[in-house]
Amino acid sequence: MTRTSNQLWHFHGGLKLDSHKAMSTASPIVKAKLPTRLVLPVQQHIGKAGVILVKVGDRVLKGQVLAECNEYVSAPVHAPSSGRIVDIDELPAPHPSGLNTLCIVIETDGEDKWAERQPIQQPASKSPAELRQLIRNAGIVGLGGAAFPTAVKTNPGPQAHIETLIINGAECEPYISCDDMLMREFAEELISGCDIIQYMVSASHCLIAVEDNKPQAIAALEAIIKSQALQNIEVVSIPTLYPSGGEKQLIKILTHKEVPSDGLPSEVGLLVQNVGTAVAVHNAIILGEPLISRIVTVTGEGVLQPQNMEVLVGTPMSELIEQSGGYHDDASKLIMGGPMMGFTLQSDQLPVIKGCNCLLVENTPQQTPANMPCIRCGACATVCPAQLLPQQLYWMASSKNFDLVQDYHLFDCIECGCCAQVCPSQIPLVQYYRFAKTEIWNQERDRIKSDHARVRHDFRQARIEREQKERAEKLRKKKELLEKKKLAEAAEKEAGNVAEVDPKKAAIEAAMKRVQAKKAAQQASSDE
Amino acid sequence: MSILIAVTTLAVIAILFGILLGFSAVKFHVDGDPVVDKIDAILPQTQCGQCTYPGCRPYAEAIISGEANINQCPPGGETTMLALAELLGVEPLALDVEHANEPEKTVVYIDEQTCIGCTLCIQACPVDAILGAAKQMHTIIESECTGCDLCIPPCPVDCIYIRPVKVEPDTWRWSLPESAQNAPRV
Repeated sequence: MTRTSNQLWHFHGGLKLDSHKAMSTASPIVKAKLPTRLVLPVQQHIGKAGVILVKVGDRVLKGQVLAECNEYVSAPVHAPSSGRIVDIDELPAPHPSGLNTLCIVIETDGEDKWAERQPIQQPASKSPAELRQLIRNAGIVGLGGAAFPTAVKTNPGPQAHIETLIINGAECEPYISCDDMLMREFAEELISGCDIIQYMVSASHCLIAVEDNKPQAIAALEAIIKSQALQNIEVVSIPTLYPSGGEKQLIKILTHKEVPSDGLPSEVGLLVQNVGTAVAVHNAIILGEPLISRIVTVTGEGVLQPQNMEVLVGTPMSELIEQSGGYHDDASKLIMGGPMMGFTLQSDQLPVIKGCNCLLVENTPQQTPANMPCIRCGACATVCPAQLLPQQLYWMASSKNFDLVQDYHLFDCIECGCCAQVCPSQIPLVQYYRFAKTEIWNQERDRIKSDHARVRHDFRQARIEREQKERAEKLRKKKELLEKKKLAEAAEKEAGNVAEVDPKKAAIEAAMKRVQAKKAAQQASSDE
Repeated sequence: MSILIAVTTLAVIAILFGILLGFSAVKFHVDGDPVVDKIDAILPQTQCGQCTYPGCRPYAEAIISGEANINQCPPGGETTMLALAELLGVEPLALDVEHANEPEKTVVYIDEQTCIGCTLCIQACPVDAILGAAKQMHTIIESECTGCDLCIPPCPVDCIYIRPVKVEPDTWRWSLPESAQNAPRV
């Protein structure tokens, strides 16, 4: 697609929200202090967990691979700083479940010494597949929050033809400003990263979409594009409306195309990547540095100095809060992500992971759910950006009607939280959808497991049957043989020529003779 | 004369249809009862025998013959019972057991220090999830264990224990919000 006009389109619904972004964009990005202890969950991405390559006591260098991936949808984990592995254990990690997961713990030595890096000055000298492998080895995952392995996403398959690369700098969720600050301060790296991805998927055009409440970011990007006289990269200012940063919503705004319900953007010739991911791609290829740090917004009314920080993956969240002035006295809730889609954390003693874009400290007193019944007002359906019927989904999910809820396209729900935001009864709608989704996945797992058990059971039954048959057959044959022998003997007897020498008896006699001879020989030798 | 024509015509038609029916009986022959397969597909395949039948398929056959009710499968719980009611077009029944709620998923494990290697549990396991040989230590292949607990009674040294399946972040599930009691039903 080449944009012939500057026309933009609208997605269905959406909400205008107070942005609260200014509180964290006043000061430039601060580099967080090197922590003494880095905790790295092996699984920080969608897909399979990596396989650990190190053991307790090992010394590691910055950028060294700690866990490699041997599945397609997976990503390796690297050491964010040099030091010693002190622990490999199940430790708490940021996840809505609050469950422990396998983590590698590094005690840093303060030297921050790099392992060998292999920068590539001319990405075009490599094939797209080689670049994809480098991105895979660098452990890059989508930094918008979902953490899907980038190497997988940039490989849409031989059938797909990517026309346009869309770089997502919309950052529509309130409070979060890490992408805004990244675009302001790393505009050049961002453009370079776009270039590499564009080359990799051979997209003819690249659009960087930024909401119009980030004029400085837009200006910074445009300045770079102008100074480098780039023809096929364009910054598009889009209206501020939540959730314009949703992948399908952004595609609708920019191209008026609809991504099929269970399809991917590549089916309509598009690829969407987050701005942070593009910078990470630049770092991986041009600098040869794996993904070991990211920009995190530390913000909210509950923190004293809201700011954006460049943070090593694995840094404890408590240290970031501390370096941002600490908590307000009335701070009540720590959220990873934004107020709409984030989830509450049980503690601040958790590590920053690749998908952690924001730490939001709220000071609003924890309110109990209003617990009012649904009045069927339909406000949720009006704002739903996926054009679903949230109240129907809510009724079906609450009555555990999981077939019907899928017929109403539950899995198209992006969990943006617009419906819950406008609900006059303050029903926590998204939690109902998350409940239904995880229940359905669980049923699917059970089904696979029971199919597997059926196959094994059937196989066992068949084996037992076969063994019984074989045993019966053996027995029958033995009997037959015995009978034959008996018959033969009887026949011989009848014929009158009974063997004069029984072979068995002859053998025994021969043996006895041998023993006697031996004894005689022994006696003879002892007599001498 | 005309009656002869009528009789012949009818006879010819009868023979033609007879051939057609005979042919399709062979060509489109279905082995077993397909509904049994459908029921078997819904059942959890623990092969635990808690329904009083020796496995999931015999239970499915018993349901079809009208011998068994649809509410006799404790591992499947309410979900399975509702799915069976839907499939067979019958009214849902209350579950047979006390814990009508979703049963906790379990697997067994063998205390390898105590195991004497008698192979009795191996013979009892309906899905070949126990590995071992005579007078050798036995162990459970956890990913294959269905939690049917059939290996526990035969063990002469009581070295098999039940363990709940560990919930990982990947398999963790969101719960319904507290306000869900007031939520409407469809």
